[in-house]
Amino acid sequence: MSEQITFTIDGVEIKDKAGQTIMQAADEAGIYIPRLCRHPDLPPRGSCRVCTVFVNGKPQAACTQPIAEGMTVENDTPELKESRRNIIDMLFIEGNHFCMFCEKSGNCELQALAYRLGILSPKYPYFFPKKDVDSTHPDIFLDLNRCILCGRCVEASRDVDHKGVFEFVGRGIEKKIAVNAEADLKDTDFAATDKAADVCPVGAINKKRTAFSTPIGKRLYDTKPIGSEIEERKK
Amino acid sequence: MSKPKIATTSLAGCFGCHMSLLDIDERILKLIELVDFDKSPIDDIKEFTGRCAIGLIEGGCANEDNVHVLQEFRKHCDILVAVGDCAIMGDIPAMRNNIPLKECLEEAYLNGPSIHNPEKVMPNDKELPLCLDRVYPCHEVVKIDYSLPGCPPGADTIWQALVALLNNKPLELPYELIKYD
Repeated sequence: MSEQITFTIDGVEIKDKAGQTIMQAADEAGIYIPRLCRHPDLPPRGSCRVCTVFVNGKPQAACTQPIAEGMTVENDTPELKESRRNIIDMLFIEGNHFCMFCEKSGNCELQALAYRLGILSPKYPYFFPKKDVDSTHPDIFLDLNRCILCGRCVEASRDVDHKGVFEFVGRGIEKKIAVNAEADLKDTDFAATDKAADVCPVGAINKKRTAFSTPIGKRLYDTKPIGSEIEERKK
Repeated sequence: MSKPKIATTSLAGCFGCHMSLLDIDERILKLIELVDFDKSPIDDIKEFTGRCAIGLIEGGCANEDNVHVLQEFRKHCDILVAVGDCAIMGDIPAMRNNIPLKECLEEAYLNGPSIHNPEKVMPNDKELPLCLDRVYPCHEVVKIDYSLPGCPPGADTIWQALVALLNNKPLELPYELIKYD
């Protein structure tokens, strides 16, 4: 497909090929649309709704919605910032996110989004749910306290590793990630070299013996907000 | 004109946030020019002597005394700031929140691997404040006006926040100073 499409994001004119999603076109143009479940190496799911933008006044997930001629996309508005903040706030209270001792702190996409959105105070009461930790595997541990149910590990294990180690079980507030085995992670064929071991945005899937190797100040999001690598592409 | 007053306290915290406040180094001399300390472990004043402009709260509420102190702070302070992750979300003490209190106490005083307690005595002196069923973040107990996240928040974060609040400026922290760890 080589058909050129022209549309606008927050009033900026963008030209791109037909078939691209709003997020792909925005990334190329150096406009950052906040996202959480989206991973560049996996197909978009549109599940977290952090990347919601208004397309001709209607809310759409930017990671799945294709671009169309003449569409008007609103991204950086106070209303959308507020709704993104609410999603992040709710993810924080729904799990047990103890950043101060988390191996992922500083490299965590959930935390980085909260930083970027300038979240200082909690808005809601915390749930403090009881969640499982599975440390049976020799090279990986799974901490469901930190899981945000983005589904990246499910997709990566199924579609890239062709193992199907992870799957969702339960519904609503009971929904969680389960491993495809009678008992624990050690009973699966999961390996630290799997794609699924590298895609977790938070500290739910961790490689053992690799934690805290980067000093504070040098971690991914210590000095630069998440998304700044995309914004640097802007001419 | 008399200087505005600051009060500070450590509830279910580790005093790390107070250490971080002292970490402002020589700026503490400037701080003393700007404010007087009222009830605070820094000057060891135990009871409020009057109205305070700012109350800095470290730690969440793990027992009834924490709740009482927090309510006293709300009563006496114009602006209440939750300093650090314990005050904001309970933090390390709140790791007990999904374990029943009875189990926690039994593990601590009866069943833990290093416990020597042949009489099976549980602490029950009436001088001891009663533990709450779980640890409550401060904003779930009283109205909190501002929060400074971090474990602890850096000295620069605390300093910038105090200077802004004392000068009636909006509290706007630069990206580098917003940290949850």
